[in-house]
Amino acid sequence: MSQSLKQPNRLHEGGRIDRSHTLSFTFNGTRYQGHAGDTLASALLSNGVDIVNRSFKYSRPRGIVAAGAEEPNALVQLGSSEAAQVPNVRATQQALFEGLTAQSTNGWPNVQRDAMSLIGKLGGRFMPPGFYYKTFMAPASMWMTYEKYIRKGAGLGRSPMERDPDHYDHLHQHCDLLVIGAGPAGLMAGLTAARSGARVILCDEQEEMGGSLLDSRELLDHQPAYRWAERVIDELGRLDNVTLLPRTTANGYHDHHFVTLHERRTEHLGETAPLVDGVRPARSRMHRVRAGQVLLATGAHERPLVYGNNDVPGNLIAGAVSTYIRRYGVVPGEKLVLSTTNDHGYRAALDWIDAGREVVAIVDARRNPDGDLVAEARARGIRIIDGAAVLEARGEKRVSGARVAAIDVAAFKVAGQAETLACDTIASSGGYSPVIHLASHTGARPSWDDELLGFVPSLVKGVHAAGSARGVHGLAEGLADGTAKACEALAALGKSADAIALPQVDARYESTACALYQVPHEKPTLRAPKQFVDLQNDVTAAAIELATREGFESIEHVKRYTAMGFGTDQGKLGNINGMAIAARCLGKSIPEVGTTVFRPNYTPVTFGAIAGRHCRELFEPKRYTALHQWHVEHGAEFEDVGQWKRPWYFPQVRPQVRPDATNGERESMAEAVARECLAVREKVGILDASTLGKIDIQGPDAREFLGRIYTNKWAKLAVGRARYGLMCKDDGMLMDDGTTSCLAENHFLMTTTTGGAAGVMEWLELWHQTEWPELDVTFTSVTDHWATMTVTGPEARKLLAEITDIDLDRDAFQFMDWRQGKVAGVPVRVFRISFTGELAYEINVQANYAMHVWKTLFEHGDKYGLTPYGTETMHVLRAEKGFIIAGQDTDGSVTPEDLGMQWAVGYDKPFPWVGKRALSRSDTRRVDRKQLVGLKPKDPKVVLKEGAQIVLDPDHAIPMPMVGHVTSSYYSPTLESGFALAVVKGGHSRMGETVYLPMADGKTHAAEIVSTIFVDPKGARQNV
Amino acid sequence: MFHIYCPYCEEHREEEEFHPKGQAHIARPEDPEACSDEQWGDYLFFRDNPRGIHHELWVHAVGCRKFFNITRNTVSYEILETYKMGEAPRFTAEHPEGRPAETVAAERTAAGADKVERQQGAKA
Amino acid sequence: MSEQTASWFNVYNVRPETEVPTESPLAWSCHHSGRPSVSEKSRVVLRERAMLGHLILRGGAIMLDEAVREVLGFGLPGRPNTLTRDESGERSIQWLSPDEWLVIVPGGEEFDLEGKLREALGDAHDSSDNHYAIVNVSGGQTLLELEGECARELLMKSTPYDVHPDAFPVGKGVTTIFAKASLILRRPTEDRWELVLRRSFADYLYRWILDAGREYAIGVDA
Repeated sequence: MSQSLKQPNRLHEGGRIDRSHTLSFTFNGTRYQGHAGDTLASALLSNGVDIVNRSFKYSRPRGIVAAGAEEPNALVQLGSSEAAQVPNVRATQQALFEGLTAQSTNGWPNVQRDAMSLIGKLGGRFMPPGFYYKTFMAPASMWMTYEKYIRKGAGLGRSPMERDPDHYDHLHQHCDLLVIGAGPAGLMAGLTAARSGARVILCDEQEEMGGSLLDSRELLDHQPAYRWAERVIDELGRLDNVTLLPRTTANGYHDHHFVTLHERRTEHLGETAPLVDGVRPARSRMHRVRAGQVLLATGAHERPLVYGNNDVPGNLIAGAVSTYIRRYGVVPGEKLVLSTTNDHGYRAALDWIDAGREVVAIVDARRNPDGDLVAEARARGIRIIDGAAVLEARGEKRVSGARVAAIDVAAFKVAGQAETLACDTIASSGGYSPVIHLASHTGARPSWDDELLGFVPSLVKGVHAAGSARGVHGLAEGLADGTAKACEALAALGKSADAIALPQVDARYESTACALYQVPHEKPTLRAPKQFVDLQNDVTAAAIELATREGFESIEHVKRYTAMGFGTDQGKLGNINGMAIAARCLGKSIPEVGTTVFRPNYTPVTFGAIAGRHCRELFEPKRYTALHQWHVEHGAEFEDVGQWKRPWYFPQVRPQVRPDATNGERESMAEAVARECLAVREKVGILDASTLGKIDIQGPDAREFLGRIYTNKWAKLAVGRARYGLMCKDDGMLMDDGTTSCLAENHFLMTTTTGGAAGVMEWLELWHQTEWPELDVTFTSVTDHWATMTVTGPEARKLLAEITDIDLDRDAFQFMDWRQGKVAGVPVRVFRISFTGELAYEINVQANYAMHVWKTLFEHGDKYGLTPYGTETMHVLRAEKGFIIAGQDTDGSVTPEDLGMQWAVGYDKPFPWVGKRALSRSDTRRVDRKQLVGLKPKDPKVVLKEGAQIVLDPDHAIPMPMVGHVTSSYYSPTLESGFALAVVKGGHSRMGETVYLPMADGKTHAAEIVSTIFVDPKGARQNV
Repeated sequence: MFHIYCPYCEEHREEEEFHPKGQAHIARPEDPEACSDEQWGDYLFFRDNPRGIHHELWVHAVGCRKFFNITRNTVSYEILETYKMGEAPRFTAEHPEGRPAETVAAERTAAGADKVERQQGAKA
Repeated sequence: MSEQTASWFNVYNVRPETEVPTESPLAWSCHHSGRPSVSEKSRVVLRERAMLGHLILRGGAIMLDEAVREVLGFGLPGRPNTLTRDESGERSIQWLSPDEWLVIVPGGEEFDLEGKLREALGDAHDSSDNHYAIVNVSGGQTLLELEGECARELLMKSTPYDVHPDAFPVGKGVTTIFAKASLILRRPTEDRWELVLRRSFADYLYRWILDAGREYAIGVDA
């Protein structure tokens, strides 16, 4: 590793860095030094590192251009280890810390000697917008191959491939006023609101709050402006009603003043969050803020001018030059040429000369500028060339000169002989664009202000802007605007605040700025040296001109064709210039062309910050039954049913499972399911059915309500009895099913499917609250209150009899009866409901006692061969009986009649129950509707694929007419055959016919259409 | 992420607590059997999709579990009002600036008078 | 009343008369995820109040208010999203919706309370009477207490509901989102928060709370 310990561009004094605290860091394999308070960008500039990246498309060498979020070039990949990789970090926003390791995002094999630059050089002229698509499209099959290399060459960072050692957090925040940006306007606004007692959040994306006050040349109350900022921040920090969030970017402005703030909590301390008391704090935190009112004090971005080779390292925006000098004590060069359209840009030259370096010239596009700063520059002896601009930069890896000429702005042409000034730095200022991104997220279209030469935000109700963010650029004006707008915002909440007296600021006269975006060149734009508009996406003025020539007139289309303002850049530096160029080419004004829409996020956010704690074990709620621990201890495999974890099957770990099994080997799923199925059919099995939805229904109109919501009849269901019911939507399609028991005359217990529980509950409330509020009935979920265990199989009665006081005699407790009594000493309700076709008792126990009852059953169950079974066995057993599962055998397009369940439809019930009318629509009466049937594969070894399509003629030319599909399919150990349920067009009248199922592997299975009931068609086994 | 005022909880809650249930004021025909297939199909399947003021049925699913209506501008997403079942909206396509508050209040009092202790209901 | 009655409603004491082993909704979680002990460093302390009696009351406010005053000696909360408690703080009633309240009483009292309330409210079996409903949900939920200087910040990590004292004064209680589940959040006293969670979500929520509380050295009071 090479090492560079000098910081040639560091000033001996000044700035807000701590020179006594030296930090070492590594960039592209070289070790450098910087100081506490540096950003990675300021430290690189201080070390004289010119090239920080290669450009995205042309692979041109690129240097640092800006000092903040708008930086388009200095995107780096951070991290010394694989797990710590963070892509696309802006070096201008990354605080320096000891040991920081970064490398350029682009550049292969390295930024100094880049293989792809050959394309950029040779092919530059031949890479118009759409180049990749146009060039590499043919043959289409090769695109994937081309793309791999194009992406390797281009690249936009990469994700870590190892587990992130850090964790992330969300914090829900609420406030009266959210102030975004802690520059002069934001601090004044925050202070005004804070002193009124309102709940205030003030956030700022930079390492330090203060914004432009931190590098201002102006005095506040006769002191450097940052002193005033420090005092205000100190006061705010001591107030309970204020939350100060530095290093926090407002990334997205969502509906109704919901704003996401991304706080980088430990990124300035190291690669991973340092331990505090043995605990790693969250690396970054997403504040999810619901604000009463929002004040945008987001400032403005300075626009660079668009001139030839304006991307060569050494070209910076003027404000950034001032920031580096005054805030970081770094002068990014020796000899400066400044090209400006306004007075404010002059600061860069004055700061430069204050730092003891040479200003070659200020090139001002205006004639005879006369502002105070202009006068100061003149007084300092700086050469000012007026009515002129930098036409192009000279140099390849670093600026070596500037070609300067008089220009005619109105006519867009060069008006004089060009002169080349030797220099290593060109700073440019083309004016200021208010940062309107967040306002734009709300859907408000910004409007163009001809005087300000920028878009100002339109604001929806509850949003306010102050200071530069709305084009109020002067320091005194910005401060006053901050306090005034805060008062306005609080007034909108019905709160009052007093405006705060302004600090003393010296008045400064500024001469009018001129509207210049792209600088004319002697050659036409298409043949001039590249004039970059969007440096990050490598979009040139020529590309925009070409796009307009090719017919793209809408700025949104131009954006998409050229990629201007795409991705992580979001048009911070280039968009206005791009629109101005499009407007010029189209012969329109900028407001006529309009602006594109900025979208969240304002700057990139890591997935970690977005996910917060919602990851790994906590990604989704896992719902457990009261018996979960037993299932785990007995080796259950689990199946996800909605959010529930249900035992799927219980593989046994016994050597005797198979003769050839080794000790400790577990059964396969098929083996386990076959064993469980046979246990239920021959002995007794037990299922944890606690996940079924259970709804307690009470009221004098409960029975009437059931009659309206279910398809079948409920008028005569006696106390002590249960009934199976079908629930349809009003379109006649099945939505859920289950049994409902009559607990007392006005009291019922409804069960629903596991997945349908919440939906059915809401469905009942919907009908009750919106259609039939006159019915006296209430619904309460008792799903979690009752644990449910199904004891089923020929031996079920004998087993249960051992531990219950309920009379289980077949006549005293019949099929579809329920009884109350004790099991294992615990009061329970037992329902003789069967989903297996065998004798079955469904036991409801208050969940806190469930484990005791379950374990007691097993204490007595061994001699009967009691076998726990899971959902897979449950599915096989129910399918053998032709019992449907709503949502598996139905899909929202199946009526009870399609299922052949007319027996559960009360056609003559007096009230027009939900779903009834739809059953007589012409479509539901069609004879060729898909109807539920059984399928028996001709080859008993075949288990058809669920979802497989069914055809009548396997020899038909492709595409074959498809007449249905398999909905459920299993192997039945009882039948010793595969079997399936399926929906087939007109299936009910096709009994005995053979259908075919062509599979993806080329095989075609034949199957016979049979009844849906495969086992015990008379239902004798459950009724014993 | 909407911020929705629940007229039953009498405070604003986050959108995550609510479920949207489609267009409001779709009353089920009194006598479905008397409907033609077309009328029944209209009731089942056809909904408005206006640009501007729209009335929607929502339920405070994680909360009081009550259904209520929202008048929302589908362009700005602004929620102009929320109101209980059985009440009439103040803001409508005909009255985008809102009918006089007194008229609406009087209506609501009249409608609510006989149902004080009952759940409010009826879509129409 | 354990025998089946032919009355209008089935009122059933599901608590066994004899001692049987019981498991609260957090039994598995404490077994599986452990119970970090409370130390001096703990800035959040969690405590389960297991096996309490939980009843849902449905019906008209005026009628139910009269009945609970008669039986419990204190009335229904008068405003949405609030709760009332008896002097000991052991019995509480929380507003859940305009016609729904949650009553929490010491474990074992719930069946007796249901009987007394039904007696006070009368038969109400046809629509000429005022309809009401009482549902025992004691097995379906559990109550957690959260205390400590960072309890509020832990809640801010978890729920979008505003837990600032101005927005969530003592005596407030709401049903809201918590992480990706829902629960009832209430503040019976200045320093204590209560969470009423559904049994099946208890493990997820317990893990969430431990995870969010790690930086506050969260401890679980046995």
